[in-house]
Amino acid sequence: MQTWINALSWLNFGFLLKGLAVTLFISVFAIVLSFIFGSVLGIIRYAKIKFISAIVGFLIDIVRNLPLLLIIFFTYFGLPNIGLRPGAILSAIIAMTIFESSMIAEIVRSGIQSVAVGQIEGARSTGMTFVQALWHVVLPQAYRHMIPTIIGQFVSLVKDTSLATIIVVPELMQHAQVIYGQNANYIVPMFAALTLLYFIVCFSLSVIGNRLNKRLA
Amino acid sequence: MKKLICSISLFLGMLLLSACGNSVTDQSALKNVRSSNTITWAVEGDKKLFSLIDIRDDKEKGFDIDMAKAITREILGPKGQARFTLATSQSRIPLLKNGNVDAVIATLTITPERAQVISFSKPYFQAGKSFLVPKGSKIKKPSDLNGKTVIGIVGDNSVEAVKKVAPRAKVVAMQDYGQAVSALKSHQGDALTSDNGILYGLAAQSPGSLEVTGGTYTKEPYGIAVNKNQEPFHRAINRAIDKIQKSGEYNRLIKKWFGQVPGFNYKEMYIK
Amino acid sequence: MIRIFNNFSSQLVSGFGWTILSSLLTLIFSLIFGVLIALLEVIPNKAANKIGRIYVEIFRNIPLLIIVMFFYLIVPKYFVKIDGFTAGTIGLFLYTSAFIAEIIRSGIQSVSQGQMEGARSTGMTYKQAMRYVVLPQAFKIVIPPLGNQFVNLIKDSSILAFVAGFDLMYQANAIASVTFDTINSYFVIGVLYIIITMPLSYYMQYLEKKMA
Repeated sequence: MQTWINALSWLNFGFLLKGLAVTLFISVFAIVLSFIFGSVLGIIRYAKIKFISAIVGFLIDIVRNLPLLLIIFFTYFGLPNIGLRPGAILSAIIAMTIFESSMIAEIVRSGIQSVAVGQIEGARSTGMTFVQALWHVVLPQAYRHMIPTIIGQFVSLVKDTSLATIIVVPELMQHAQVIYGQNANYIVPMFAALTLLYFIVCFSLSVIGNRLNKRLA
Repeated sequence: MKKLICSISLFLGMLLLSACGNSVTDQSALKNVRSSNTITWAVEGDKKLFSLIDIRDDKEKGFDIDMAKAITREILGPKGQARFTLATSQSRIPLLKNGNVDAVIATLTITPERAQVISFSKPYFQAGKSFLVPKGSKIKKPSDLNGKTVIGIVGDNSVEAVKKVAPRAKVVAMQDYGQAVSALKSHQGDALTSDNGILYGLAAQSPGSLEVTGGTYTKEPYGIAVNKNQEPFHRAINRAIDKIQKSGEYNRLIKKWFGQVPGFNYKEMYIK
Repeated sequence: MIRIFNNFSSQLVSGFGWTILSSLLTLIFSLIFGVLIALLEVIPNKAANKIGRIYVEIFRNIPLLIIVMFFYLIVPKYFVKIDGFTAGTIGLFLYTSAFIAEIIRSGIQSVSQGQMEGARSTGMTYKQAMRYVVLPQAFKIVIPPLGNQFVNLIKDSSILAFVAGFDLMYQANAIASVTFDTINSYFVIGVLYIIITMPLSYYMQYLEKKMA
């Protein structure tokens, strides 16, 4: 019991919360950016524009078939080679954005495809252009259907930020490792705290997603 | 078929990118650090005595950190900034080679293999490999490790070194020292091998449960690493080390960090 | 890059083998366990539903890394000794089971309503109707998402590198720390991952299209 009290002292718990703040910071940026990029890429892929769609589609397939760990390595060690020097946190945001954009793009593409059958023709017969039909008729329906899947992907994103420890990003998992690395007796309390903190964040995200889904359905 | 061709050509494109991308490290590092008035160092965060994150203020502290600050001051003057990028044993050389940092000061042993890809300063610390074991362990000398599992660190040369003194030992490499100590305490291995200075620091973090044993079985001079073809920066670092050692600051730092370590004769490390 | 392929072929082959082995073991066991959890969630028993639900929610909402580290660091310390590969594979199994359970549950529920009643009206018991009518149809619906989960599982198995599990990622770390050629070392295993995952996910896309 004393170990638990010492392990989760204000000092250590504060250090964990600092890590949590970084985790949330990375997550929020990556969620917003990958939602935007993923949607754009998914629509491009669906729209079957000559060459562009094929190339975009292929790049998406490459990225989403690689382990995120590899994308993190490539980003962190690759970007300085083209003259940029992002720190570990920024690298993590970029890597998460690249990876999650490809996942979201695929969700968006198949989401559009599943509602678009017939809808586009119908809308166009009323005189709408392809873009108008997509924007006013198909996308609103498609996104309504996709909400649970997209939220699920964002939950994965939050969990996956823990992989950024490999490039020593000072996020929640890494801060816990620092604490139990310096005092191995704290390992069980640290894991308990980690589980709880990640669960609270991810579960609330799922609950918000469900609410949103119910309201729109 | 179309997809296949497309995929092959894309791979070739990416290959080209990765092959010709090494040009940033050709720029003069000394000019860069002078113009930004900052030296970015790769350091580690999990090595007590050398470089450890202090939970109270989230800053790295230790002998390596103080050396880096002193060298930065020598090169850039009192207003020069030392910025620290946290590395693991695995990532410290890639960070340098890919241009994430200007120099590495992270208990990095000077070895011929490493010297082929990076340039080392003169040695600034003399360490040697040893073993960390649970208190009361039967392991007393390196050859006792034959048939046992030894924990090493990814990217640390201990993995190769231990194979030379105990060829039949099984080596598993962990990501960092925090994980390695946890793994040792979880009986994932019978001993953890690394440099004595680091091991004394790890033992000090777990008083009463871990101990350093078996003397040292290799010589491990630590050097500061910079990229190849950076002669001016390389010379500047060597000059800075000389100055720090002559002024007595070096001995003060040795005493500050190693003076209290039980079982470690810090006076042997003094520069006379 | 070619040099890395040549010089380290034995490490790469063994890494490839461990990655596949871990993924297959996880797939087989988590399919079985996932179906069981899914059944817990749909059978007409409130307590069983709760248990199934709690399992799925917990394991879907914590990072895989924590589960794997738990089995590598904490279980051996207090319970039984297991090595990195086993710890990693157990972690993958528990984690993937939750996702598979979720896929199967939604599959069952999408066929369930009328089918179940229809089958029961012909005199089948609940068990029989589930086994012979509902589950076979559910499986058909869930094949594409299951396949995608398998692709995710192969990618996730790179977590073994954190616990010295000898997989592709671990070998790449080892190769990179000998050759000091980080980008190319990871590039090589990237190609190897793509060789396994890409055909699989294209096949799943094809199935999805065929079924739609």
